[in-house]
Amino acid sequence: MSVVTVQLGQCGNQIGYEVFDTMCRDLHNTQGFCSKRENEIYQASCKEHFFNEDKSEVPVARALLIDMEPKVISQTLLKAAHSGRWKYGQHSHFCQRQGSGNNWAYGYSVHGPKHEESIMNLIQREVEEYDSLSGFSIIMSMAGGTGSGLGAFLTQNLRDAYPNSFIMNQVIWPYGTGEVIVQNYNSVLTLSHLYRSSDALLVHENDVVHKICAKLMNIKQISFRDVNQVIAHQLGSVFQPTYSSEDSFQYRRNPLGIDWQVRPPLSGLPALEKVSPNKELRFNTSIANLLILRGKDVHSADTGGFKDPALYTSWLQPSDAFCEWRTHRAFNKYEKSAALVSNSQFLLKPLDTIVGKAWNMFASKAYVHQYTKFGIEEEDFLDSFTVLEQIVASYCNL
Amino acid sequence: MAQSVVVQVGQCGNQIGCCFWDLALREHASVNKKGIYDDALKNFFRNVDTRGTGISKGRICSLKARAVLIDMEEGVVNEILQGPLKDVFDSKQLITNVSGSGNNWAVGYKVFGSQYRDQIVEKLRQTAEHCDCLQCFFLIHSMGGGTGSGLGTFILNVLEDEFPEVYRFVTSVFPSGEDDVITSPYNSVLAMKELNEHADCVLPIENESLFDIVSKINQMINSGKPGTTVKQQSLVTLNEGGIKKKLDEKPFDKMNNIVANLLLNLTSSSRFEGSLNMDLNEISMNLVPFPQLHYLVSSLTPLYTLADVNIPPRRLDQMFSDAFSKDYQLIQADPKHSLYLACALLVRGNVQISDIRRNIERLKSSLHFVSWNQEGWKTSLCSVPPVGHSHSLLALANNTCVKPTFMELKNRFLRLYKKKACVFDITSFMERNLSVRSLLKFLSFLVCQAALWESLAHLHHYLQVDRMEDSCFTEAVSSLSSLIEKYNELDVTKGLPIHEQVRLNIVI
Repeated sequence: MSVVTVQLGQCGNQIGYEVFDTMCRDLHNTQGFCSKRENEIYQASCKEHFFNEDKSEVPVARALLIDMEPKVISQTLLKAAHSGRWKYGQHSHFCQRQGSGNNWAYGYSVHGPKHEESIMNLIQREVEEYDSLSGFSIIMSMAGGTGSGLGAFLTQNLRDAYPNSFIMNQVIWPYGTGEVIVQNYNSVLTLSHLYRSSDALLVHENDVVHKICAKLMNIKQISFRDVNQVIAHQLGSVFQPTYSSEDSFQYRRNPLGIDWQVRPPLSGLPALEKVSPNKELRFNTSIANLLILRGKDVHSADTGGFKDPALYTSWLQPSDAFCEWRTHRAFNKYEKSAALVSNSQFLLKPLDTIVGKAWNMFASKAYVHQYTKFGIEEEDFLDSFTVLEQIVASYCNL
Repeated sequence: MAQSVVVQVGQCGNQIGCCFWDLALREHASVNKKGIYDDALKNFFRNVDTRGTGISKGRICSLKARAVLIDMEEGVVNEILQGPLKDVFDSKQLITNVSGSGNNWAVGYKVFGSQYRDQIVEKLRQTAEHCDCLQCFFLIHSMGGGTGSGLGTFILNVLEDEFPEVYRFVTSVFPSGEDDVITSPYNSVLAMKELNEHADCVLPIENESLFDIVSKINQMINSGKPGTTVKQQSLVTLNEGGIKKKLDEKPFDKMNNIVANLLLNLTSSSRFEGSLNMDLNEISMNLVPFPQLHYLVSSLTPLYTLADVNIPPRRLDQMFSDAFSKDYQLIQADPKHSLYLACALLVRGNVQISDIRRNIERLKSSLHFVSWNQEGWKTSLCSVPPVGHSHSLLALANNTCVKPTFMELKNRFLRLYKKKACVFDITSFMERNLSVRSLLKFLSFLVCQAALWESLAHLHHYLQVDRMEDSCFTEAVSSLSSLIEKYNELDVTKGLPIHEQVRLNIVI
């Protein structure tokens, strides 16, 4: 089952490149800490999901590169080709001459409809190559214009065109201070739209990753490349092949597929009070956790701590909320590694902060004329704010 | 990749424009070693063969600037065409006259405007047709004279009418207080109304600031202190040519070069690659929160690089600190003590995101940002540094510190304009019987009137131009007043405690 990766905008393309590069390196790694046979199965499974084989035997990434201006795509294609280990497909990219100017409205209302047909055709051609489709992984930032605006538009289109496919968005959360001045508007508009069409939003915060680079990896002069490589490592450790159940010898067919949807029970909910997001809590309450363990001694690892009811909301049993995948084969030369994907209140504060800042700016109507120029009216902003306040409230009340 | 066209109008505009093209060629020459006509070059240059037909790819044959040169006198344009850059310009891209505009905005705008409109539109169209995606017009002119000011702002209107989708970036050189053109306040205020209404973004420049920067550099070079030899190539004021080399270099050449560097750095991230690109349309998007407030204060650092490799390079952080110092601003302004609406940092060279973040954190506390944009920073990282430097920074600020410049302009205008009202009293004075004391009073009054008659005469030169009326003056000063008022309203909020807006109340 194949995963089609869609890389959108500068951020999406730069990160997408690092993801495929990481996966390819891992693929060819002989230090798997497992048997040769095991390694071969792993490699085959990874290739099946993320790479095509072409005549030259250099793996071709199952990816589409989309941007509204050409510089980044040219760079990305070149870097991949130069690596010698893998490459992008010859006709897998779409670009225009002029970018979206950090304007969500331009990405959504102008570029979206204008290039809808070309982009959807490109995607359809890619999808038709495969026997079965796991789903889409869309890499985009929230702060800019193309990734965010065109990303929201495209996700909607994909949902309409492929109603039964799994759609997951890798959303890059900008630095709190200063990448783009209108980043809070763009973020609010993006998230509210994605919420309606996407199955899952896997969020990567630049501030958090930056801290990892600084404190855990001791990098002195941190570049975007460093940040992107950490994100790529995180994504790789989630998406690389995993066993479907504890004693199975088969890698799961759909790397994206667990039941990400969690529905709260319809009745029997305790009386809800509005809880302020700043209240001191011991843990961020989770509604779902996925733990992925790879490497040596993976089967003897004790994960009891993750099943502690204190971590979860009162109306969920830990056995329903917690899931673990254990795989012998080590990832990216790390003898032992663990990845945790969590649906919890962890993002509540950052989300609340962004909504707050955007609302503050909206109250003064600053920059709004740049959006109304391209068809996003004040009502659209209000709708988006409403959706996000509802999400904040829902998470708050876990 | 999108293209830009430079429209240089008047003496000042063409001199600066010429410096720009010279620098642009040198910058591309140092980066483009293979002589291939790449996307970066395509932004500002066409590639043509011997017959003048455009070549879109392959080796560089002959580069032509995407420019239109307009002047109502021939002097400057002729110098350019006889100088080292003569092959860069097409004769079809020029519009010249011999008579000049007499430092009169009305002549530039109303007379030459209507006379040359069709020619101007035609030349612009031709230049635009050579672009497969035209993104931006850069208009370069001065405000104090007649051609740059009058015809320049007329052309701004034409650009809006004929190419409404294309961004209009205007680099305007404002006159200084000691300007020898008496009517420069009239010209500037009349031009400002046009900038208010028809420009997307304006980069005001003041000659005084450029002069101070040049003096600072000269001081450094001539200080004779050990280790202060400067890498010649790195001087932000360097001018090798463009205009025919004169034995005595005019101070304006160095000053013009600073502006040329500004334009080069502004466009670097859209021409060259980097880890966080910034296209020209992002400048307007991020730095213009309300349509009328589109005046951006700029500063460039470093001004030079030291040649002695044994001296450790000035710390990177110093570059950021300098960018916010009032000595580095290109207008007489102090952004640190005024209110920021937004700020952009365009970094070139060997600088990473962590360096930018560290400096923002460090400088933030000493700057005042408007309440609804507390983190109003836009950053861009371009990997290619300017010639002679390992890194550089261009800071663009939308800051209320432009207000004093505008107020000073308005005051100078009013000092000149209000005088005309006093003159008419003289007739009633004359009819009465005069005592000795009254006579003396009258005589002193007459002496003042002589000066006033002179200023009235200036006004007369404007009003005699067809379709030029008193209302043009009153509307212009009114437009400037309302702009100043908007900055006032913002300034009042500075330092006030920030109230969080009440959020939407949601029922789950």
